[in-house]
Amino acid sequence: MATVSLQGLKKSFGKTDVIHDVEIDIADGEFIVIVGPSGCGKSTLLRMVAGLETVSAGEVRIGDRQVNDVEPMDRDIAMVFQNYALYPHMSVFDNMAYGLKIAKVPRSEIEARVAVAAKLLQLEPYLQRRPRELSGGQRQRVAMGRAIVRKPAVFLFDEPLSNLDAKLRVQMRLEIKQLQRDLGVTSLYVTHDQVEAMTLADRMIVMNGGVADQIGAPLEVYANPATAFVAGFIGSPPTNFLDASTFAPGAPQGAQLGIRPEHVVLSGDGTGHRAKVLYAEPLGAESLIYARLESGDNITIRQDGALPTPAEGETVSVAWDKDEEMQFAKDGRRI
Amino acid sequence: MEKRVRFKGLWLPLLLVMPQLLITAVFFFYPAGQAIWQSLFIPDPFGLSMRYVGLGNFEFLLSDPFYRASFVTTAVFSILVTLVSMGVALYLAVLADRLIKGSGTYRTLLIWPYAVAPAVAGVLWLFMFNTRVGVVTWYLGVLGYDWNHVLNQGEAMGLVVVASAWGRISYNFLFFLAGLQAIPRSVIEAAAIDGARFWTRFRTIVFPLLSPTTFFLLVVNIVYAFFETFGVIHTITSGGPQQATTILVYKVYADGFVGQDLGSSAAQSVILLVIVGILTIIQFKYIERRVHY
Ligand SMILES: Nc1ncnc2c1ncn2[C@@H]1O[C@H](COP(=O)(O)OP(=O)(O)OP(=O)(O)O)[C@@H](O)[C@H]1O
Ligand SMILES: [Mg+2]
Repeated sequence: MATVSLQGLKKSFGKTDVIHDVEIDIADGEFIVIVGPSGCGKSTLLRMVAGLETVSAGEVRIGDRQVNDVEPMDRDIAMVFQNYALYPHMSVFDNMAYGLKIAKVPRSEIEARVAVAAKLLQLEPYLQRRPRELSGGQRQRVAMGRAIVRKPAVFLFDEPLSNLDAKLRVQMRLEIKQLQRDLGVTSLYVTHDQVEAMTLADRMIVMNGGVADQIGAPLEVYANPATAFVAGFIGSPPTNFLDASTFAPGAPQGAQLGIRPEHVVLSGDGTGHRAKVLYAEPLGAESLIYARLESGDNITIRQDGALPTPAEGETVSVAWDKDEEMQFAKDGRRI
Repeated sequence: MEKRVRFKGLWLPLLLVMPQLLITAVFFFYPAGQAIWQSLFIPDPFGLSMRYVGLGNFEFLLSDPFYRASFVTTAVFSILVTLVSMGVALYLAVLADRLIKGSGTYRTLLIWPYAVAPAVAGVLWLFMFNTRVGVVTWYLGVLGYDWNHVLNQGEAMGLVVVASAWGRISYNFLFFLAGLQAIPRSVIEAAAIDGARFWTRFRTIVFPLLSPTTFFLLVVNIVYAFFETFGVIHTITSGGPQQATTILVYKVYADGFVGQDLGSSAAQSVILLVIVGILTIIQFKYIERRVHY
């Protein structure tokens, strides 16, 4: 178990800068989720911690050791890959035992450790099978098992659930969370799924084009997005963005106003802004109403499923509490 | 599963495979039939009459110490050619696989020897190692080594092995490189994170995953060493000295066309036919189970 610290971390491939100056101190046992859209540099960041990519500038520390030039095998880490990267010619047992065999752990201990992991991951019936004889979920568990038998200081996960179907994903998400709690191993977890990020993370790093836009606890990030990008990326349906000059007089030139859908209400008494309903989606527990304001901005309203939903084409008036407004400057920064 | 096109009727499909069937008939079935037929006879020295001897030619061959010696020579030669050409090719492929930039150039340069005809390759190596004017012989002489493959049997074998293996390296290299690049990078990376250094990774992950390619090349190279190295041997050693490099295929030629013992030569062809048949069956069996991990 160890702390991980990234200091002024940068990465460029040739002339293209992919990671710009990421800084974070990760506490021992903390679960950090790196989240962001495709191509924002999440995998690259993780692979720099793993030692699979070189560091262009800054430093990576694991425990109290600077590991910039340390080979992956000497970093005391384990990684779960998106495609699992199991050894196709080895049985499940051998897949999990591979790292221990190389470390020259005694045979009896290897068997004991694999047995514990197999029990934990419900893989006991499959130990003699080859990876191709397993389902996607089982392969995923083998990849997890391979990581945990080695008792590394840090776990790295690169979108480990993205190849599973939705139901299995939810189940495995819970299992990973449970496992990490029980083992107490410092973890970095990459995903582009914000629900995964919200549910798993102690703290999350929201990446945007190679920049860590915000680092913080999920609810804190949700409630207080540092940039317009974070406000738009975290939360579903996304935050409404309106032209601040119309709705918040006095805001700086080019500023945007952000308001979460659940903070917008249909005001029965006709106060607020007039809008025309484009369509409504009753989802049972809640309803989503999409409307166009007179200013031309689109707005999404999220309301309790029990409330009446307006018909398409109907003119309604929408309102929100001034306190819930978020203002973002032209460059996206929160004001 | 790939989609298969089904033809209706008989004439169109027959027409489409006809050219291949004709070629096979004219260049394979007819001469093979002739060889089998002739192997049962001993023609008189003027080729005017043939005496039927049944399996006499085969009996004679199998008890002939020269023929048996040729079997051993062929085995040694094939094993050496296969090991050298595959070993060097694998080494180069591993190096090229690690290269990201310029691997295209590397590949193009390495494929050239494959385009050189065996006889030409033979002449090339012959000149380099010529006992009087060869460059390599001269340098070896400077180093105090007296190279003479015309007299020394081991050196003769070494030279034909190198000359035969050289042309094969490119072919093997391409297959090995393709095989290496088909191994997912993440599997190698996972092994690295699991603690395996380069050589351990090669031994426990890369080589086992490459085994289908290796097996395929093994069969192909043995077939090559058996049958397609005639040109090299003919130009460099003509089977000598003292039959030290007379492999089976060369003996067919030497006994038949030089020694004019057509019955024995035909019988030898039939034996080779059986050997290549067996090798082909092994290869087909393997292709059916291409992925065996
Ligand atoms: N080896 C490389 N050479 C050049 N550019 C690269 C290389 N690897 C990644 N990149 C670039 O770096 C950027 C970040 O890639 P990265 O794989 O880290 O994205 P990601 O956030 O993991 O995306 P995804 O969610 O699709 O996996 C991308 O624009 C990509 O094109
Ligand atoms: Mg990625």
